[in-house]
Amino acid sequence: MVKEEFPILSKNINNKPLIYLDNASTTQKPTSVIDEIQNYYESTNSNIHRGVHHLSQKATEEYEDSRKKIQEFIGANSSKEIVFVRGATEAVNLVANSYVKPLLSEGDNIIISQMEHHANIVPWQIISKQKKTEIRVIPINEKGELILSELDNLIDKQTKFISLNHVSNSLGTVNPIDQLIKKAHHNNIRIMIDGAQAVQHMKVNVSDLDVDFYCFSGHKMYGPTGIGVLYGKKEILDKMEPYQGGGDMIKSVTFEKTIYNDVPHIFEAGTPNIVGAIGLGKAIDFIEKTTLEKIEEHEMNLLNYATKKIGEIEGVKIIGTSSKKASVISFVMEGIHPHDIGTIMDNLGIAIRAGHHCTQPVMDFYDVPATARASFAIYNTEEDVDKLIEGIQKTKEVFA
Amino acid sequence: MSEFNDLYMEVILDHNKNPRNNGTIDDHTNHADGHNPLCGDSISLDLIVENNIVKEIKFIGSGCAISTASSSLLTEYIIGKETSEIRHLFEEFHELVTTDKSEANNLGKLSVFEGVKKYPARVKCATLAWHTLIAAIDGDKEVSTE
Repeated sequence: MVKEEFPILSKNINNKPLIYLDNASTTQKPTSVIDEIQNYYESTNSNIHRGVHHLSQKATEEYEDSRKKIQEFIGANSSKEIVFVRGATEAVNLVANSYVKPLLSEGDNIIISQMEHHANIVPWQIISKQKKTEIRVIPINEKGELILSELDNLIDKQTKFISLNHVSNSLGTVNPIDQLIKKAHHNNIRIMIDGAQAVQHMKVNVSDLDVDFYCFSGHKMYGPTGIGVLYGKKEILDKMEPYQGGGDMIKSVTFEKTIYNDVPHIFEAGTPNIVGAIGLGKAIDFIEKTTLEKIEEHEMNLLNYATKKIGEIEGVKIIGTSSKKASVISFVMEGIHPHDIGTIMDNLGIAIRAGHHCTQPVMDFYDVPATARASFAIYNTEEDVDKLIEGIQKTKEVFA
Repeated sequence: MSEFNDLYMEVILDHNKNPRNNGTIDDHTNHADGHNPLCGDSISLDLIVENNIVKEIKFIGSGCAISTASSSLLTEYIIGKETSEIRHLFEEFHELVTTDKSEANNLGKLSVFEGVKKYPARVKCATLAWHTLIAAIDGDKEVSTE
């Protein structure tokens, strides 16, 4: 039983056994990750890259080993292409400020999509305001899929960058990123893929994809919060401006001249989240031990089961019906606000998300203020889905 | 269903389904819009205030059951009351939904919202209409509860 590897899943919430279905927000952590964090602080804790003493070398080694693990996990050519960040949000901000902003002149444009998380909208708005550039948006259809044919109308000579999510956090749609990357490169445009909702569900190989930047967060893939990854092709990273200044990102500093460190350290100013990086390595061990093939198969079974069951309930509508989806299911109930659904579920010990999921443009498209969202991970079971269905039925009864 | 009775009381469910004083007042003297950006709840209040007494009040809004019922019950309850009294009532209501010490002496039917205090995430749903009402009385046009 995978569930047994996750201590929190045996807890009671509101005197009911916890049914955790908010995995697209954050996943729970297996004992192996939790133990590693405790173990690090109990027996390794030290600062990295600068100490000559034993613990510092050990901490550095474990931190850099984790970088190598991540490199292999996503199929990067070199561990130098792996930059540790706080999460996918920081990765987007880093690329926006250090790579894209210097490329921009007034009148240029950046392409994103209508299904982006606010984290893949706002950083572009900030730099667009500064550089007087435009943001263009690939629209979505009723099923919650990108209307790919529109991309040709959006791309022009002044398109300087494209940034899209791999999987939508509010709709579950899996985007055809291989096609999108090819299309971008065909037009000589660099592209970033936000994989925060993808790497925990399916195998991603950045080299095969030939993607320029790819990012994700540790805490959505069974790892700790506050750690994430930016992958960038080395030849691009090499030419980029630093993101933040500070210790560890330099080789030498005088008041006259500072020589920056090499990639990836140039982008890792200050003492990083060392234990986060090491914990993320353990999370990857967990995923690889389970295998992504098994995770994907299990989650797809749950998604199909839940989609069928929810579809049978009158007055409930699923938002996001793409034929290619990850295990995310957003729904609305006739005459019942998602927050009321969320509260009733909470009373039953069922954790779902109710809100706009940081994707207000998606809510506007479907003309709903919010949705209820259940999202599944490897430890969820058909019984969990049955509980969710009971919760929906109970909600209907209360508001009958 | 008993497990939900502390929050979703019959009165609340009823006012959610059939909100009272729903609508607008063309010749209103006071008006304010309220938003809860976190939930997407919104309310628009029209009032006729004469000699510091609320003569009439109507609302339109979209939101969860708690926010709709709170708007509906509130509008019913404050008609005919003085604005200074309404301010005191809001203080009492706020205490009711956030603390254990409230006695809710003057809140009448509004005491059905006592259950909200067990749900901190829902306090803003219950108080949005109140914040908007105070803004309207003060002559402010817009209020946000974030």
